[in-house]
Amino acid sequence: MANFLELTGISKRFGGVRALSEVDLDLARGEVHCLAGENGSGKSTLIKIVSGVQQPDPGGRIVIDGRAHPHLTPAGSTRLGIQVIYQDLSLFPDLTVAENIAFSRHLGGLHGVDWRAIRADATAVMQRIGIALDPRARVADLAIAQRQLVAICRALAAEARLVIMDEPTASLTRHEVDSLLRLTRALTRRGITIVFVSHRLDEVLEIADRVSVLRDGRKLGTYAAEGMTGRRLGALMTGGDYDYTPSVPDHATAPVVLAVRGLSRPGEFADIGFDLRAGEILGLIGLLGAGRTELALSLFGMRPAASGEIRLHGRAVPIDSNRAAIDHGIAYVPEDRLSLGLVMEQPIGANIVLAILHRLAGRLGLLRTDRRRAAVGEWIARLGIKVADPDNAVRTLSGGNQQRVVLAKWLATGPRVLILDSPTVGVDVSAKDGIYAIVRDLAAAGMAVLLISDEIPEVLYHTHRILVMHAGRITGTFMPGETSEAALREALDA
Amino acid sequence: MREMGRGFARSHEARLLLVVVVLGGFLALATPSFASLQNLVDLLTSNAFSGMLAAGLLVVLVSGGIDISFTATASVAQYAAMTVANHSHIGWLGVAAIGAGLGSLLGLFNAVLIGTLRLSSIIVTIATLNLFYGLLMFVTRGDEIFALPDWFVNGASWTVYTDAQQAEYAITLPMLGLVFAFALTAILLKRSNIGRQVYALGSNADAAARVGIPVFRLNLLIYGYMGLIAGLASLVQAQNAQSVSPNALVGRELDVLAAVVLGGASLTGGVGSVFGTILGVMLLAFLQNGLLLLGVPSYWSPCFTGAVILVAVSLLAIERRRQQGRVRRVSA
Repeated sequence: MANFLELTGISKRFGGVRALSEVDLDLARGEVHCLAGENGSGKSTLIKIVSGVQQPDPGGRIVIDGRAHPHLTPAGSTRLGIQVIYQDLSLFPDLTVAENIAFSRHLGGLHGVDWRAIRADATAVMQRIGIALDPRARVADLAIAQRQLVAICRALAAEARLVIMDEPTASLTRHEVDSLLRLTRALTRRGITIVFVSHRLDEVLEIADRVSVLRDGRKLGTYAAEGMTGRRLGALMTGGDYDYTPSVPDHATAPVVLAVRGLSRPGEFADIGFDLRAGEILGLIGLLGAGRTELALSLFGMRPAASGEIRLHGRAVPIDSNRAAIDHGIAYVPEDRLSLGLVMEQPIGANIVLAILHRLAGRLGLLRTDRRRAAVGEWIARLGIKVADPDNAVRTLSGGNQQRVVLAKWLATGPRVLILDSPTVGVDVSAKDGIYAIVRDLAAAGMAVLLISDEIPEVLYHTHRILVMHAGRITGTFMPGETSEAALREALDA
Repeated sequence: MREMGRGFARSHEARLLLVVVVLGGFLALATPSFASLQNLVDLLTSNAFSGMLAAGLLVVLVSGGIDISFTATASVAQYAAMTVANHSHIGWLGVAAIGAGLGSLLGLFNAVLIGTLRLSSIIVTIATLNLFYGLLMFVTRGDEIFALPDWFVNGASWTVYTDAQQAEYAITLPMLGLVFAFALTAILLKRSNIGRQVYALGSNADAAARVGIPVFRLNLLIYGYMGLIAGLASLVQAQNAQSVSPNALVGRELDVLAAVVLGGASLTGGVGSVFGTILGVMLLAFLQNGLLLLGVPSYWSPCFTGAVILVAVSLLAIERRRQQGRVRRVSA
């Protein structure tokens, strides 16, 4: 198998920061190659160099198809058949599937639109890889997984020979990941090289040929995917070893903090019932669309349940607004922290005290800066948030630290029940570990935690009891010490 | 085909069409003169100016931008073209060339500012509205032009129908201008690759740049087109008003914006159609005309118009949210 791409001695400096140093990488034709590394490890810089968006520092060598390309431009890279599918997919939601796939027909100087040719192009590409989407459908009306197919088809329509997919599985369910993997195999049979860039790799490892690991801008090595495990990869990426085992403290005597009975909301979930005790971490796992987030929103009063009962400390309470939920000591850290949890342009400090402003007020209702500063300092210290200055915008923090700021904001309200919705989505292995440690400490201090997730290892190793949700109902309860990933997988896909 | 029919029935345009038809039917029954040929011709003529501007603005809104300055652009173009026309016989083509040329130039100026300074289009065009208008008022000292060339005042018209009372009904330049603006915009947006690039830009600006759309050049075309249409519309307005006043047009930009948004164009870009825009313009025109014919004191007119806009955009917002909810459930 000849190599499609060979990189030798690629370095890149931004000012005084070395983003990449002396990286060698080769990609064989028709190979599936995983590029693993934490945020900041140099993955995205490497992609930008391969796609011509950035130039490597002098001394590096890029060889594509046996020819050296000292000055690769974005257009040149596209001409050579290199296509990057970014995590946001870069589609046009208001245009049709056909237009998105065959968009290159819309480029160039003023000319008419040949709708028939555009539809024919799109259909031909879709047929080539055996998918059938309505070419006239608007992309905005498609599900995420279907949009990803459109993005892949667009890459193919541009005669891609190397497709780089950035975090392709982040928003897919297991079932959808499986079809993506099947599609990937079909592409490699046509001699197309696939690079998966991800930090959630156990899924793509199955079909990968080789894995390259980046850490701090250096390549640690390229390994055969066979025999590689998610755990070993995590250790390579972070330089630390994270070995989790299920742990289940005995909560039988702890008081029930939150009791839910017969909670229903038509079309979303039905007849939900469970107890959550002080100090307990209760895992709630379900696929996207199982109703887990909808349930969390109801518990937090944002979308009140139609029927059923929520009891706090044995007393039935009406949770009909998020204000009521906060007043009753329920805090909710949403899944989409960027849009729901944080004001990205505002300072870190302001975000932390956002939910408790009324408590920081002195006489006349004006904010007291001393109280504010004390509260901000306390939470930064307690959660170990790495900040240069609390007056910097939240935007400047890493994903893991942003997640801690959201946590701090809600912990500042002094909750007794903490609902965490997919708290580690999009954060690194080491940042994940930090978040798990915080959750463990909170529970040890008596907090009742409901941890919602779609990652099996997350609930298996970091909760005390697991509820499986399927199609709006709780379909099973598992104890982490007595079950396995396989058993949970089965219950989840049932 | 049936699929498409169903899609149309659910669309914003279909609902708007229903509202316009119901309103028109009601006014035809409630007032004796609404449905008369004379009134409809008057409606078409008097709304030609704002209708043309709406067509131009639609393109800007679809691209994800906004333009507030077009009434000032129109004022400048109108004043310049008529001043020249008063001094030398340049004919219809001459005034059209001056109006369209100057309008495009001011539109390009907007695009260059937006593109090079990377400022939001609303800020830039609010500034240029004041800049263009202020300069015009300074240079003209606010003087109106009452005497226009005879050939311009008489206009050009083609009588197509004479009724029993010997009243003549003609196709006039304003009508042609209106049809031209809508037809050209429809061809641009639906039938040309540039139009599809405009939708793509409004739909996802980052992706548009990544896929190789020359965004700066496309913006030149978008704002230049708006300016071109504004320049031509200003001549239609001058012909209709039979005089030119430097401060007659500025202040009407928000009505035009309201009509386009009523027609379903999204202020965030990527969405909007010529048909919807025509309906939006018709709705506001019917409403104002109907209130007048019903004898409602004219003070009430802005109030009613405002209420209708509010109700319509609220319904539009609710509809969009419901659609998004549906998509979320599908993707779930």
